[in-house]
Amino acid sequence: MLNASLQELASALADRRISSVELTRSVLDRIAAANPRTNAFVHVDGDGALAAAAAADARIAAGEAGPLTGIPLAHKDVFCTEGMPTTCASKMLANFVSPYDAHVVAQLKKAGTVLVGKTNMDEFAMGSSNENSHFGAARNPWDTSRVPGGSSGGSAAAVADGLIPIATGTDTGGSVRQPASFCGVTGIKPTYGVVSRYGMIAYASSLDQGGVLGRSAADCAPVLSAMAGFDPRDSTSLERPAEDFGRDLGKSIEGLKIGLPREYFGEGMDADVRAAVEAALDTYRSLGAVTVDIELPNSRLAIPAYYVIAPAEASSNLSRFDGVRYGHRAAEYADLAEMYCRSRAQGFGSEVKRRILIGTYVLSHGYYDAYYLQAQKLRRLIADDFRRAFGQCDVIAGPTAPTTAYALGAKCDDPVQMYLGDIYTVAINLAGLPALSLPAGFGDGGLPVGLQLIGDYFAEARLLNAAHRFQQATDWHLARPAGE
Amino acid sequence: MKQSDWEVVIGLEIHAQLTTASKIFSGASTAFGAEPNAQASAVDIALPGVLPVLNRGAVERAIRFGLATGAAIAPKSVFARKNYFYPDLPKGYQISQYELPVVAGGEVSIRVGDGDQAYDKSVRLTRAHLEEDAGKSLHEDFHGMSGIDLNRAGTPLLEIVSEPDMRSSAEAVAYAKTLHTLVRWIDICDGNMQEGSFRCDANVSVRRRGEAAFGTRREIKNLNSFRFLQQAIDYEVKWQIELLEDGGSVQQATVLFDPDSGETRMMRSKEDAHDYRYFPDPDLLPLAIDAAWVDRVRASMPELPSALALRLQQRHGLSAYDAVTLTSSRELARFYLDTVDAAGTALAKPCANWIMGEFSARLNKAEIDVVDAPLSPTQLAGLVARIADGTISNNIGKKVFDALWNGDGDSADAIIEAQGLKQVTDSGAIEALVDDVLAANQKSVDEFRAGKEKALNALVGQVMKASRGKANPTQVNELLRRKLTN
Repeated sequence: MLNASLQELASALADRRISSVELTRSVLDRIAAANPRTNAFVHVDGDGALAAAAAADARIAAGEAGPLTGIPLAHKDVFCTEGMPTTCASKMLANFVSPYDAHVVAQLKKAGTVLVGKTNMDEFAMGSSNENSHFGAARNPWDTSRVPGGSSGGSAAAVADGLIPIATGTDTGGSVRQPASFCGVTGIKPTYGVVSRYGMIAYASSLDQGGVLGRSAADCAPVLSAMAGFDPRDSTSLERPAEDFGRDLGKSIEGLKIGLPREYFGEGMDADVRAAVEAALDTYRSLGAVTVDIELPNSRLAIPAYYVIAPAEASSNLSRFDGVRYGHRAAEYADLAEMYCRSRAQGFGSEVKRRILIGTYVLSHGYYDAYYLQAQKLRRLIADDFRRAFGQCDVIAGPTAPTTAYALGAKCDDPVQMYLGDIYTVAINLAGLPALSLPAGFGDGGLPVGLQLIGDYFAEARLLNAAHRFQQATDWHLARPAGE
Repeated sequence: MKQSDWEVVIGLEIHAQLTTASKIFSGASTAFGAEPNAQASAVDIALPGVLPVLNRGAVERAIRFGLATGAAIAPKSVFARKNYFYPDLPKGYQISQYELPVVAGGEVSIRVGDGDQAYDKSVRLTRAHLEEDAGKSLHEDFHGMSGIDLNRAGTPLLEIVSEPDMRSSAEAVAYAKTLHTLVRWIDICDGNMQEGSFRCDANVSVRRRGEAAFGTRREIKNLNSFRFLQQAIDYEVKWQIELLEDGGSVQQATVLFDPDSGETRMMRSKEDAHDYRYFPDPDLLPLAIDAAWVDRVRASMPELPSALALRLQQRHGLSAYDAVTLTSSRELARFYLDTVDAAGTALAKPCANWIMGEFSARLNKAEIDVVDAPLSPTQLAGLVARIADGTISNNIGKKVFDALWNGDGDSADAIIEAQGLKQVTDSGAIEALVDDVLAANQKSVDEFRAGKEKALNALVGQVMKASRGKANPTQVNELLRRKLTN
């Protein structure tokens, strides 16, 4: 059951070959046994999950089940969950329990999923390795001496290691796709505005977007359909009719035009990643897709633009964590200023502090024009690149990350090296486009390699179609880490 | 030192709290006076993950203000974050508008002073923008700690910024009062200054007459009465002039006015000024206002006080003073117009006199608002008409007014009838009274005939007394004079 697809699980539940309570219990057992190895979960709510499973079983018995009813699921700990800790993997919120559910959480509850717990992440979603967590790093199930990627590292590791069939994530600069790539799972980030950000603790508001990580595109599709949709509580939520993102899964991709950006295949990509990506493209050609060379000339500007805009927004978004109303407050302080300084100095980890400082600097009087406004201009140039490119192709393909999962600690002392790992993913957030990462093979040391597919605005169904056809023809996505 | 050597330059920033039922970015109520934090929603206390959603009603009120001042309504404006830490600012930033405000330009005509000294002046507006209010810090009753009340957090404000066009505290007060009338008139702010619904910051500087450049300004924060506005500016001007005449120089600063001492004191200097790190709020899309929306709002606008005052001067023949007084609030103007409607335009002036005189005095004495007056415009019109057609005298009119105010009758006519107050114009009846009085007051008669004009008044008084006030005084006068000079 732990390797079954969501469709198989749904039909087993519908046919009463298994109950949601039994399925949930096996998930809880699996987490209890295997979580110490990856530290993928930071909170597990066994009682709550079993109660939700029993309710789901009742719905199934009453014939009121939908495709997700009774399916166990985990949320990245950035989503607010009523009555359960919501920590953003930060000491600042270590004891915070949200009094309300995020829109995504409420939507998936409504769909009948069984919330099992919360997954590890980089603190406040800042990081690419899941090492910046107050609860300790999450580890890659393919090699626990390596990082699972980040910031949705816990979700990727949990799905890859069979702890949970499906998990949510958030993607600000690659935080769904890069850990999906590192852990050999499928992860999709939709068009900005498709998933409501209400209750999703903000890192960089203009870039943050909720997404989902699963074993396959076919697993991700119904969960994304349930999460998405207009929410009047988020002013950037798009007023569009509900969509079945799995509607085109079975469509042929004969004639699909795949654009290959010259800039994504140049220097900087490891040879094993290149080999797996090239092989995956050959598979696509064998399925009838055609590849065309395209250019995204402003690609190199994406990282500098991102590391101005994201910290700028973060420096302001994280101001609410001041120890006044909730969250960590220093035990001792002489006055108000000291209460702020000590509470925030103690509550935030070093990467978060670094980004708050960078963000504060680039918004400061006299620097705003040189940094923030320039970065916004670059953002437009980058979006224009994609607009032109989609005049020549249907989807864009390339590596998700330049490397496979690296060793824990390898890049901790060199944040710029860490930031450069986001080279193929951040531009997509700056442009607000949908993209996914799917397992494309293995590199040196048997580590997964991800292929990134980027779509035009609202092309989620097409991306999932392209990924699904690939997964019908390959079995990279079915491979499981050996465990210990 | 001579104050007349110096020119005072004042610009005001006025925060008008908008009359929306809910907050500018959340659904929580804006009602005043609830238990602390009873009206603070998840959004207002800035829980993790919450997001702002703009209140359409707040935007509509900003549009009304723009239309009322002849300003430009921006087709696209932008909300920005003003970042600073304070315990009553839950997000660590205030959502405001910075580079692109919703309302730009505009002007307000003011009338300064009264009587012969009065003059008109136009004050230009720089801009008006939407923003949210902060909460309140309560420093008493918490044993060395501070309490935070976030009920006010997120209350919609329109910050109205003037150009530095005012040249005296009197002009500043006239401007503030005019705006105070205007925002209530167009129904966007209740104007309650005690509750902080209308607060003024004054930027004050002085320069030697004839100098082209402005002096360095100091900003007096949070003045919540017109009297404090005047006192604070007067003190500040005197302080600045003294400093400059002593060879000092004014440093840019933010100051607070202490009503007890009547002095301003420094809150922070320019060096301590925050770097607010403004940037567009990524949680809110740019605010788009299309022409159709502006047209719909325009169609719902009442006639403005300045236009109405002009109309009252032209059509009703009122003086500028009367017209401005009667348009000082929409309710008073409504009462006046309804009264004239019932009495007829020909009686506009006596209607105005009654409303500005007896009626206003009674309202003040009873400390009630126009809308709560126990007397209706139709009733007052009935009274004015009876005085005008000679049925009763002005003096008896006051008696009838009292009766109407106290509810002793439904109409002037009914009261006149019931109390027998009708003026006696039957010359036979009056003549009989006159004859009686003449016969009984030979002394006064002799005095008058000896050339003492005043003696006539005594006789008139006697006749009126005998008629219990009902005799037509003009008739009495004529009759007496005729009989005495025969």
